[in-house]
Amino acid sequence: MPTRIFGERIKRAEDPRLLTGRGRFVDDIDLPGQLHVAFLRSPHAHARVRAIDASAARAMEGVVAVWTYTDIGPCQRRMPLLIPHPDLTHPYTRFALARDEVNHVGEPVAMVIAESRYLAEDALEAIAVDWEELPPVVDIEAAVRPDAPLVHEELGTNVAAHYVGIVGDPDRAFASAAHVFRERLVIERSASMPIEPRAILATWDDTDGVLRVWDTTQAPIVIRNALAALFGLAPTQVHVVAPDVGGGFGGKIMVYPEEVLVPYAALALRRPVKWTEDRFEHFVGTNHERLQIHDAEIAVDSEGRILGVRDRFLHDAGAYTPYGIIVPIITACQLPGPYKVPNYHVEFRAVYSNTVPVSPYRGAGRPHACFVMERLMDRVADELGLDRAEVRQRNFIQPDEFPYDVGLIFQDGAPTRYDSGNYPAMLDRLLQEMDYHRLVSEELPRLRAEGRYVGLGIACYVEGTGIGPYEGAHVRVEPTGHVYVATGMPQQGQAHQTVLAQIVAEELQVPVETVHVIEGDTAHFEFGSGTYASRSAVVAGSAVALAARSVREQGLRLAAEELEVDPADLLVEDGRVFVRGTPERGFTWAQLAQLANPLRYAYAGDLAVRPRPWSGPALPQGRQPALEATEYYSPPHATWASGAVGAVIEVDPATGLLQFHRLWVVHDCGKVINPMVVEGQIHGGIAQGIGGAFYERLHYDENGQLLNASFMDFLIPTAMEIPRIEVAHLETPSPLNPLGVKGVGEAGAIPLPALVAAAVEDALRPFQVHVTRMPLSPDELLRLIHTEA
Amino acid sequence: MKPARFVYHAPTTLDATLQLLAELNVDAKLLAGGQSLIPMLNMRLVRPGHLIDLQHVSELAGIHERDGGVAIGAMTRQRQVERSPLVAERIPLLAEAIRHVGHLPIRTRGTIGGSIAHADPAAELPGVLLALDGTVRLASARGERTVAARDFFVDILTTAAEPDELVREVWFPSLPPRSGSAWLEVARRHGDYALVGVGAVVTLADDGQAVAAARLCFISVAGRPVQATQAEAALRGAPVTPATWREAGALVREELDPPADLHASAHYRRHVAGVLAERVLELAARRAQEGAGR
Ligand SMILES: Cc1cc2nc3c(=O)[nH]c(=O)nc-3n(C[C@H](O)[C@H](O)[C@H](O)COP(=O)(O)OP(=O)(O)OC[C@H]3O[C@@H](n4cnc5c(N)ncnc54)[C@H](O)[C@@H]3O)c2cc1C
Repeated sequence: MPTRIFGERIKRAEDPRLLTGRGRFVDDIDLPGQLHVAFLRSPHAHARVRAIDASAARAMEGVVAVWTYTDIGPCQRRMPLLIPHPDLTHPYTRFALARDEVNHVGEPVAMVIAESRYLAEDALEAIAVDWEELPPVVDIEAAVRPDAPLVHEELGTNVAAHYVGIVGDPDRAFASAAHVFRERLVIERSASMPIEPRAILATWDDTDGVLRVWDTTQAPIVIRNALAALFGLAPTQVHVVAPDVGGGFGGKIMVYPEEVLVPYAALALRRPVKWTEDRFEHFVGTNHERLQIHDAEIAVDSEGRILGVRDRFLHDAGAYTPYGIIVPIITACQLPGPYKVPNYHVEFRAVYSNTVPVSPYRGAGRPHACFVMERLMDRVADELGLDRAEVRQRNFIQPDEFPYDVGLIFQDGAPTRYDSGNYPAMLDRLLQEMDYHRLVSEELPRLRAEGRYVGLGIACYVEGTGIGPYEGAHVRVEPTGHVYVATGMPQQGQAHQTVLAQIVAEELQVPVETVHVIEGDTAHFEFGSGTYASRSAVVAGSAVALAARSVREQGLRLAAEELEVDPADLLVEDGRVFVRGTPERGFTWAQLAQLANPLRYAYAGDLAVRPRPWSGPALPQGRQPALEATEYYSPPHATWASGAVGAVIEVDPATGLLQFHRLWVVHDCGKVINPMVVEGQIHGGIAQGIGGAFYERLHYDENGQLLNASFMDFLIPTAMEIPRIEVAHLETPSPLNPLGVKGVGEAGAIPLPALVAAAVEDALRPFQVHVTRMPLSPDELLRLIHTEA
Repeated sequence: MKPARFVYHAPTTLDATLQLLAELNVDAKLLAGGQSLIPMLNMRLVRPGHLIDLQHVSELAGIHERDGGVAIGAMTRQRQVERSPLVAERIPLLAEAIRHVGHLPIRTRGTIGGSIAHADPAAELPGVLLALDGTVRLASARGERTVAARDFFVDILTTAAEPDELVREVWFPSLPPRSGSAWLEVARRHGDYALVGVGAVVTLADDGQAVAAARLCFISVAGRPVQATQAEAALRGAPVTPATWREAGALVREELDPPADLHASAHYRRHVAGVLAERVLELAARRAQEGAGR
């Protein structure tokens, strides 16, 4: 019997090292003679740079260079527009150092390179900038008015993109509907807060003519290619490593100014140069997300069946659009969620403001979409006097309706086509886990009779995961029997070293500890795009599986040749390839790797098997000296994971504090490679979702100053704020990829704002509170209670 | 986020420390647990020319019973106070409130003197000191003086200490007989500075049915800890009933004039101050009745 490894709860291989402080992050790496960088960042949201006088700073002790726009040679080009879109009619990207204008607080203006970070920061204070302040644009609703001041004068508008997507005939559906309900819904600005901020170390190696860069990026190959192009180097002359990455959540997939400037400094000064982002810089220098204002309406028949949805929303793009309009496109495509929406009109304007640019943060437009759709569903239930679960059941896409086309083009340019799922079973399972009917009919009434404000919420979501273009993997069996695996993905804590090893171990039937996964190093694998969009397990995982299968075939073929049997008579089990029925006739993988490699000398001493003497070429046509394969996997389109969450929440109406009694998740990400890792992803996502529902909000004032740019004031929930999370798995395999897997990276973060809104509203029914904006706060809750009561 | 240049001093005796402080005066900052000062240095919100580290001045640490109360040396770590059986027994309000100061690692470094001298209006320990009517002993090369809590805290991060003075010791009086105390606060997250916090001491009349005296002190509702004197006056002689606590809560809302910030509006703070007043008085009175002392 083959041993089951895929699907097992195997402990994360990376944890003993990380938990005992032996992780190696960029800032842990120091090179002899290394210089340090500090950036002068704009204190203004919108201003013209009239002149910069850096002469005093340049003269300071320990300062090697002070650069402004004029000093940065090849980096003087505008930063790239990474993802264009036909509806992004007015894209705009920045200069690595402001040329003549700054458009948000925190925008890099000058760069000090000094013998220490302390001296570099001292020198920042000596740089004099002559600013001409311009009117800041902060409120995106005001920004779209005709008389609004402009963020980018030359664009003539603050609207970067205007997108309209229409499915069916929404106007007719609305005209004939029994009921139409409207909501204005807001999700506030937020940002990812990885514990490791960004960091870059670069050095030019004269001995081999290679620019080496360590970067906490989610996309080292993208960075490598960008640097090679920018500096006119061959791609092989740029070596980028993303070592341990302490969280990314989307914010680390970009080509940021610092990511080109620090390597350029290393090139120009011929010394190693390091920059580590501090937390303040992270708040104002790393991309944000979330702010959208939706005007949504739903048309239903008298039974609560959806006839149509119309949604018009404003999306805050921030000051620049380096990542295109990925976030609002995802919102638009995913808004219908697991429900049949036969007629759908979605329209958004992506609006420039003098704030930090917006790009995906875990959830990436989906928490917004889920919040809107689930608020509408709750509204329908409440207005029609239906149970909230029942309304959802009536509208689900049914299991026999897959593949299901939403009718819009998704973020990857492919159709928004749900590949598989079983939404009715998913919600049934949730209700069963919750003991929903007993909760509703007994438990909650009993608690309410005691004068307690307890409420129940449910929310459902889908998540388009595992998008292209492609990823690749290299798998090789070493003559020791160990297996080497390389991919183009870096990792940011998701346990790739464990789950990718499980995939290989399953295919080759070797112990998982003998599989070594190397990632995030362009010297090991040169093609691919990175870890984002819940795609690593799906896309890289599939490539790994294909490569491992190819190696397995090679092993079978070689063993068959050596044993002079038909490959079909061979079994792969227990780390060996052997003849069915006579297990002693066979080879270990180590022996096969040795047999594959007809060397004259090496390994000879400890060879378990000897290659047969050869006549003719040692390697006959079609043979290679290793059991190895490189394979790529390119999905036809996204694969759609789904989930349903439920919670019982208690609110103290006197203080506005809330407390979770229970929190349930039923999740379907297709075949589960490792349930523990999936649960970890869900737990982390839920924690961030709770942040998005009750804690995390970036506050800009009307001048574009970020008022809470520190962990004193930007509140991330801690372990104390996260309740026990009860997770159940469903497995509806994806038909799209060789493993049947779907992504899970963002899952938990998506439904929490919708869930908390529903549960809070239910808890506060006596006050008739209506929740329309996220995140909530104790203050906001009291305000709702007092104004509604 | 690196501090501007400074000269570091690590004296080992109180005399040497006071001497340095006398010489350097406003150009020096004392470093205790560093939990407030180091972030301020890193953000360059303060940039002293000299830093005088108190860590090695052993005379400044220790917990002692004195004059019907407990005297705590400035450099005593908050965690030591939290775990002290003497404090738990004699100053239960302090033991209860100190658990709300940040998180364990912060209390392990943070000191009593640092918290009192820093005088953050949202900090628990100044509120406790005022609720108990305690005192602060200041020392300088010029000599020593004792300042009552109500005179010590002046405004946000401002105290009655002169630039050449250090906080040497903080004294918390024990509760009178038939008294109970309680601390309650509302914070956004576990360990955060309070949005509103309140400490109460209720002393009952001989029969246990009326309030003989009450003290009620709030944090995070003004530039310094605030005593709700009107509510306190109304409580004197009032019966031990829910209505009494409710009325006190209403009076608190009238007499406080809290500020707004990102985390809570003035309305929120005022409202919740009343809610907490009601709850904390009820709890303190119950403890007084049970003879729990707390
Ligand atoms: C994440 C976090 C959360 C926190 N949460 C809370 C909280 O909820 N509640 C709370 O009360 N505090 C909180 N704090 C602050 C913490 O309690 C600090 O320990 C305290 O405010 C200062 O004590 P310290 O010993 O660290 O003093 P330091 O930071 O070393 O010094 C603070 C100030 O006091 C001065 N000073 C120190 N000692 C003396 C002395 N003996 N005489 C005169 N001046 C002196 C210093 O010069 C400095 O100006 C938090 C801190 C952090 C980092």
